[in-house]
Amino acid sequence: MRDLERREPARRKVLVAKLGLDGHDRGAKVITMALRDAGFRVVYMGVHQSPEDLVRTALEEDVEAIGISILSGSHEELVSDLIRLARGRGLDVPVIVGGVIPPEDVQKLKEMGVFEVLLPGTPLAKVVEVFKKALGEEG
Amino acid sequence: MSGLEELKRRLEEWEREVVAPLLKKFPERKRAFLTEEGLEVGRLYTPRDLEKWDYVEKLGFPGAYPFTRGIYATMYRGRPWTIRQYAGYGSAEDTNERYRYLLGIGQTGLSMAFDLPTQLGYDPDHPLAWYEVGKVGVSMPAVTEMDMVFRDIPMDKISTSMTINATAIEVLSMYIAVAESRGVPRAVLDGTTQNDILKEYIARNNYIYPPEPSMRYSVDLILYAAREMPKWNAISISGYHMEEAGATPAMEIAFTFADAVEYVRWARERGKLDVDAFAPKLTFFFAARTNLFEQVAKFRAARRMWAKIMRDWFGARDPRSMVLRFHTQTAGVLLTAQQPMVNIIRTSLQALAAVLGGTQSLHVNSYDEALSLPTEESVKLSIRVQQVLLYESGVADTVDPLGGSYYVEWLTDQIEERAWKYLEEIEKMGGMLRAVKLGYPQREIARAAYEWQLKVEKGEVPIIGVNVFTEPEIPKVKVLKVDPAARERVVGRLRQLRESRDQVRVRTALDNLRRAAEREDVSIFEPIFEAVKAGATLGEVSGVLREVWGEWRAPEVF
Repeated sequence: MRDLERREPARRKVLVAKLGLDGHDRGAKVITMALRDAGFRVVYMGVHQSPEDLVRTALEEDVEAIGISILSGSHEELVSDLIRLARGRGLDVPVIVGGVIPPEDVQKLKEMGVFEVLLPGTPLAKVVEVFKKALGEEG
Repeated sequence: MSGLEELKRRLEEWEREVVAPLLKKFPERKRAFLTEEGLEVGRLYTPRDLEKWDYVEKLGFPGAYPFTRGIYATMYRGRPWTIRQYAGYGSAEDTNERYRYLLGIGQTGLSMAFDLPTQLGYDPDHPLAWYEVGKVGVSMPAVTEMDMVFRDIPMDKISTSMTINATAIEVLSMYIAVAESRGVPRAVLDGTTQNDILKEYIARNNYIYPPEPSMRYSVDLILYAAREMPKWNAISISGYHMEEAGATPAMEIAFTFADAVEYVRWARERGKLDVDAFAPKLTFFFAARTNLFEQVAKFRAARRMWAKIMRDWFGARDPRSMVLRFHTQTAGVLLTAQQPMVNIIRTSLQALAAVLGGTQSLHVNSYDEALSLPTEESVKLSIRVQQVLLYESGVADTVDPLGGSYYVEWLTDQIEERAWKYLEEIEKMGGMLRAVKLGYPQREIARAAYEWQLKVEKGEVPIIGVNVFTEPEIPKVKVLKVDPAARERVVGRLRQLRESRDQVRVRTALDNLRRAAEREDVSIFEPIFEAVKAGATLGEVSGVLREVWGEWRAPEVF
């Protein structure tokens, strides 16, 4: 068990956004609602966000994790640029990626530094659990 | 004793003497059986469920008002639906190859998918575009690319549907310019531009400008087609994307008609035209889900509603203005990444719903599309599904085979009733344009999506491979990867075009476009066409309109 007393009070503030030009926002919205119901504070950025937009907002809002959704197949380049930009500006929070991602790309994304990749059909309970884990909340 | 009274007596007797004892021994597997709309499904439907139901009023005959049974008198006996798979990726060469493959294995119409930069008015070398070139459709920055896509494809014989909205006029202009350079006049071109911007704000998110100038843009295309392109469907008013975003069946058709009503009002006002002068140009696009009977009911209810809206709200007299012609795509959201082959069974049922519902054209999703774009092999199976339905199953041999089913007629009435309520709600808000700015349909759809997901979590909505009958691993299937060199090819050619074209002509055309955009009383179509024909790129044309009209930021829905 973690020593709860020595932890800072949990802010549980995360960012959810659609990275790139893809407009499919059903998943991002549903996950935003699920995280809020689970007690998270979610900054929802909506569609058409560039890596720059995302990093800027993440820094301004001081979030503890970033969830991004991509269904257009451009995840490799977008996520790679996002992480490079974030690390360059000293933003070192876990990044969680969801969407239409071929299973063979999951490992590649993790090697870039992605905390977890969530494929279609992932239960909301699992999504919430992954965000909690990203914030160091479990066990 | 009348027939209905006798039926009532017998029914009660059956419930008392047959059903009740049986239920004591064998209870039913659920307390309540619900449709996806949330309607409670009865155990058995009989004429009692249609007591005040009148055949002539509710159904009539196919090809005649209210068109419930179908828009043509002989339906698929005379005119099979068009097998039209949405396709396109990479550069023009990749897409040309895919189209010729599809036509070679029995596809009967083309449906063009454009990449996101094309849909959002960016050239492929724009920094926001770079990541997305050729990913979800073909890159189409200039007329030269359209020429390559249609190499060796007869533009005078094939019908082409284009999923293009915020940049529909630019892309249609490219199509016309290429056809005319081959001696095919615009008047014989057959096809569809989706051109439905309202649903972009509601569900699909590929909008550029604020709603008012976007409505003008869309309506100018409708009016242009009404004047110059007798075979062209100027708009495909789409519920599909709303369903994909979470809309229930009644929401799907009601929000689509609320959009349609807005276009009709704008076109009538802007064109100073009688509705019958342009209403036959309007077509529709819906989703087909796996819940078979409710989906068939949805399509039938939709036909009846549209006929009524056009006749009674707008005073249409031409039956062609009242018929709901529609394309159907099987519901992408119901595809699973888990056990992907099961998707073939789902899409077959969905396609059956579309055909029993009387669709005019059909796209069947491929089993691998929860993982990537479809491969040639998977898309071939989608076409084969359609061919089995058309040639082997016999379902296309009579008109509206489910017409008269007590259950389906009851469901049709129920869906219609719910859809009218939504439509009235939006009318009370002042129409869809206003409702969109208030975020009303966006919120309703997001709420429905979340409710559905919670039902999946609780197991109330079983999904094979996802929450029941699961397997530990997602199998590796062969996926389609867009060739990274496609982007280099498109950008290389685009740079060449920018250097080799007549710069004065392009500049003049863009200046004319700017002046037309600044006024409201002229059509935006011709100036865009002239610019595109002169070799202006999609990004340049949209760039001018962005400067004049501005960009839309979505209202904070949550």
